[in-house]
Amino acid sequence: MLVIYVGSLVLLVVAAFFRLDPASQKPTSDLTTDNLRDALLDTTALRLFGQTVGIAAAVTILSVALALPTAFFIAKIAPRWIRRGLMVGIMLPLWAGYMVKTYAWRTMVAPAGGNKFAAEGRGGGGFLQSVFGMTPGYSTAAVIVALTYLWLPYMVLPVYAGLERMPASLIDASGDLGARPWRTFRSVMVPLLLPSIAAGSIFTFSLSLGDYILPRIVIDGRQRVMFGEFINATLGAPNQPLAAAYTILPLVMIVLYLLAMRRIGAFESL
Amino acid sequence: MRLSRPVRWVLAAITALTVAYLYVPLLVVARLSFTRAKSVSLPGDGWTLRWWREAWETDGPREALLLSVRVALVATLIALVLGTLAAFALHRRRFFGRDAVSFLMVLPISLPGIVTGLALQNTFTRTIDLGIVSFEVGLGFHSLVIAHATFCVVIAYNNVIARLRRMSPNLLEASADLGASPFQTFRLVTFPLVRSALLAGGILAFALSFDEIVVTTFTSGSGYTTLPQWIYNNFARPKAPAVVNVVATLVMFVSIPIAWLAQRLSDGPSHG
Repeated sequence: MLVIYVGSLVLLVVAAFFRLDPASQKPTSDLTTDNLRDALLDTTALRLFGQTVGIAAAVTILSVALALPTAFFIAKIAPRWIRRGLMVGIMLPLWAGYMVKTYAWRTMVAPAGGNKFAAEGRGGGGFLQSVFGMTPGYSTAAVIVALTYLWLPYMVLPVYAGLERMPASLIDASGDLGARPWRTFRSVMVPLLLPSIAAGSIFTFSLSLGDYILPRIVIDGRQRVMFGEFINATLGAPNQPLAAAYTILPLVMIVLYLLAMRRIGAFESL
Repeated sequence: MRLSRPVRWVLAAITALTVAYLYVPLLVVARLSFTRAKSVSLPGDGWTLRWWREAWETDGPREALLLSVRVALVATLIALVLGTLAAFALHRRRFFGRDAVSFLMVLPISLPGIVTGLALQNTFTRTIDLGIVSFEVGLGFHSLVIAHATFCVVIAYNNVIARLRRMSPNLLEASADLGASPFQTFRLVTFPLVRSALLAGGILAFALSFDEIVVTTFTSGSGYTTLPQWIYNNFARPKAPAVVNVVATLVMFVSIPIAWLAQRLSDGPSHG
């Protein structure tokens, strides 16, 4: 299985070097670096890739911001008997189905009024609009919120495990030495939790980076927000070698990211 | 731990917010599958089973459900066998490249689905020439299964290796000291200890496969539509959202209890 997988990846990288026959639109077996050069010099592609990385980073930051207090509460404050229940409760939505959740968020943020999909357009908009009277609509902000929703449990779990291993006496000791809560958080907890956060970010960051179906659905297909969509479009162009060349960007990014996270010690905290 | 009352309350409030964040969208969809209204606004308008009946009577969702179940079952089975073998191999001894292999084992779940999907599609649709034989895998049910098995294997591997790490090596030595052959040790000691991890891994792998859409799109032949693909193809149809709500709710009602069961199984032994 590994052979198939790694072999496929190698073939994909090799495919990036095939010249596209302009007449038949099929890859030939001539080798060329043109595709790679085109892919790396295309400013539209690079900007989109940058935006995708930005969204993935925003999702990761938002996940950490929610996961830290939540995991802290569950691990250190909640009475022992509800801890397990709470953790199971956090993890269960992971299995509700990707398309189900994507579709759910589309429904959540649906704006009021006209919409190209008749059944959604009537009435006062989706949940957020009808209950709170406001909604980000089909926008990049909605995409970030929905992606965070998808991957948040993957961040809570390692952070919770990290906190469970951390003795409460450390935090008390820091307080006894005169540190204010913020100082304790910054100088004691964050350094100790860094490997756990890194482990969680492997999921929140790389899964967001590769996602393009949720963004397309949540943003209502209005604009291209994610790099994956771009690769998909190039593939349909059809220009398979160029699409393969584009995949090298996320491929390299993820491998570098995984290596960096391994240095922080993420793999021991998975 | 000593924390001031306001800090406790703020943390409790954020936790409550997180839980609400995780559940409200699911509840909204479930509610909408019973609504009589034609919009997605809340609070809906009355209750009806009309959409559930309509979903049941349509062929599309039913066939998609069957295909999803078949793919997930076969992929899970392959993944369990290969994942377990890999876990045993990597756990027992240290060898050159061990770290590299364990690194590669996480790659399929952390790489973007489109990269995996494209890479596999590229391989499946290419004629593979091995000198003596040349063949093309082609796209269809089998390619879908192979593709799903590649990421399911990670889940199986992780579950089994986590259990093996917690297992004391003394047990195996004791078993050998008592005169058991390696096969007897495996049958009477190792296997019973990893059994629940296998079951949990299998259930999670099943759920993962059941849910996958990106790799699926690239590796399924035409004419094969899994349940997530069906939702994807149909949510935008003017008349479909009501039925999509039903299918989505159904998927939730099926997969959440299954996942809960898996969680209980994998935690079982360590909690008594």
